[in-house]
Amino acid sequence: MTNKPIRVLIAKPGLDGHDRGARLVTLALRDAGFEVIYPGLHQTVAKIVESALQEDVDVIGLSILSGAHLPIAEKLMNELRKAGMDDKIVIVGGNIPEQDIPTLTTFGVAGVFPSSSRFEEIAAFIQNNVADKVS
Amino acid sequence: MADKIRDVILESGIPVKPVYGPEDLGGIDSAGDIGKPGEFPFTRGIHPFMYRQRPFTMRQYAGFGMPHETNQRFKFLIENGQNALNVAFDLPTQMGLDSSDPLAEGEVGRVGMAVDTLADMEVAFAGIPIDQISVSLTINAVAAPIMAMYFVAAEKQGVPLNQVRGTAQNDILKEYIGRGAWIFPVEPAVRLIGDTIEFCARNAPKYYPVSVCGYHIRESGANPMQEIAYAYSIAREYIRRGLGRGLNVDEFAGQISFNFDIYGNFFEQISKFRAARRLWARIIKDEFGAKNPSTMMMKMIAGGGGGGLTIEQPENNIVRGAYYALISALSGTQTMALCSYDEAYTIPTEKAALISLRTMQILIEEMGIGDTVDPLGGSYYVESLTSEFERRMADEIKRVDEEWGGIVEAVSAGILQGEVARQAYQFEKGVQDGSIPKVGVNRFRMEEEKRDVALHPYDSKQADESIRRTAEVIAARDAGTVDSALQKVRDAASSGQNTMPALIEAVRAYATIGEITKTLKEVFGEYAEQVRL
Repeated sequence: MTNKPIRVLIAKPGLDGHDRGARLVTLALRDAGFEVIYPGLHQTVAKIVESALQEDVDVIGLSILSGAHLPIAEKLMNELRKAGMDDKIVIVGGNIPEQDIPTLTTFGVAGVFPSSSRFEEIAAFIQNNVADKVS
Repeated sequence: MADKIRDVILESGIPVKPVYGPEDLGGIDSAGDIGKPGEFPFTRGIHPFMYRQRPFTMRQYAGFGMPHETNQRFKFLIENGQNALNVAFDLPTQMGLDSSDPLAEGEVGRVGMAVDTLADMEVAFAGIPIDQISVSLTINAVAAPIMAMYFVAAEKQGVPLNQVRGTAQNDILKEYIGRGAWIFPVEPAVRLIGDTIEFCARNAPKYYPVSVCGYHIRESGANPMQEIAYAYSIAREYIRRGLGRGLNVDEFAGQISFNFDIYGNFFEQISKFRAARRLWARIIKDEFGAKNPSTMMMKMIAGGGGGGLTIEQPENNIVRGAYYALISALSGTQTMALCSYDEAYTIPTEKAALISLRTMQILIEEMGIGDTVDPLGGSYYVESLTSEFERRMADEIKRVDEEWGGIVEAVSAGILQGEVARQAYQFEKGVQDGSIPKVGVNRFRMEEEKRDVALHPYDSKQADESIRRTAEVIAARDAGTVDSALQKVRDAASSGQNTMPALIEAVRAYATIGEITKTLKEVFGEYAEQVRL
């Protein structure tokens, strides 16, 4: 076990500019003791993969409200696999209909937190999943 | 032992007493501060008879898929009694990308209609009498070329430029605070707004070139007082740009309107709007020296906001919408719109859009809401709160100027965005710990709730259709005319001339939104976001 703080990249992929949720989760996870990077809007999937590598994060949190979560998440998971970075824990938040959660899971997304999810729930999920990986 | 009387502090930071009386009107001058409807400072409304003479306009935000699908929804809304339109564009269009752009993948026609060229605009408004239906275009970073498309589409319907009515949102400064559909750096983006203001003042005097949006600033986390204060800081900047073009304030400032948000405390919202009208009249008169009273009238769409709606127990949102509509009417709005009950899930289905429209119609047709103007005027509480709001808004505007170096600096440096995000965070913590009540969320929650919301369908194949349509348009147009028109856009952008004439020429030649935006990017560059959290 290491005491290194958990590092999280919160990413807003694609063209959607609604970042209230991304900013809230960034602040909440910082308060929960994580190191959180939020680089801002309009990130391409390639850029997200690059930032995750450079910043050496444990977790990537995608925030999507436009409805384009399925194509974007699928693309990110493929790119991560190609880059040999499948050890990153990917979670997705935003305007996600319940019926899409199983599909996201089959892509390899570890957790889905639709709008109105509680901060403590997200933080606990990250804590537990990262701990599982190191132990 | 009697129960303790709760402390009440409004979201805007104003404490509320349990009872108000005549003593709370001290310092308020009934003629100078409250006055009569239709007269300066317009606290009670901008028209003497308000809804008794002309009911509020109903303008639901609508648009999805291909232009012909949006055209059908527009016709459906008009057939059902809506008397104005508010066009939603998809994200690629809002970001100046053609449907064929790789960055548009998965987004074409999703949250609005896809527009690549003038041909799409012609289809969207086919058979809709745009000389009678006022159309609002929710477009910002590429407002100038999209307005150009609309003007040419209107001309093709036989409506000349000097007669064209309608509104463009065209408020880029708020995009950097909330909503995030920005492309160019702040300075050239604001300059484009100056171009549209100047062009409309000189050529399309009935058109409203800018609708300044407190709405999205509020949705991003600003409190109601800040919503107005920041919107006014932005509007003052646009007015300075118009003055910088040699226009007189009375020639154009009356054509700048506002888009505000409704959710939260009932009386707080109503007092906010009454104070906002009074403050705007004073700013326009005292700061900018307007002479014409109609320039001093704050004209607005006040809409029920998505921020108040919940994903939990979604049908409750129908009830919230009805209260928001009531607030809007009691606030003396010119135009009303409501977020639909399913918007936490999907873009509104036809059923949900119709419920929103009927909500507003029930209010105006059945409830007698339009019988008398500003029925809350003179209420000890509302008048006292109105005055307190005006003071606090004016102070906050001063803070933007004095502490943050003005709105352009505050936005460019990300200061305002950071402030709003921290406030949103405090609010959300309040909702999560239950100190801010929300029915269905932290009060009367149902854990194993079955949510039965029909989702608006999305067909990813429609991107192919849009790409094919635009390819046909490109094949049929004259390439030389397009190239020379785009060269004129480039020249105007780099020389500082007004870009609107060149943009009109380019869209008339069926240049695509992607080509035009790329041309402007070559001159202006792209915005580098400053995140301060």
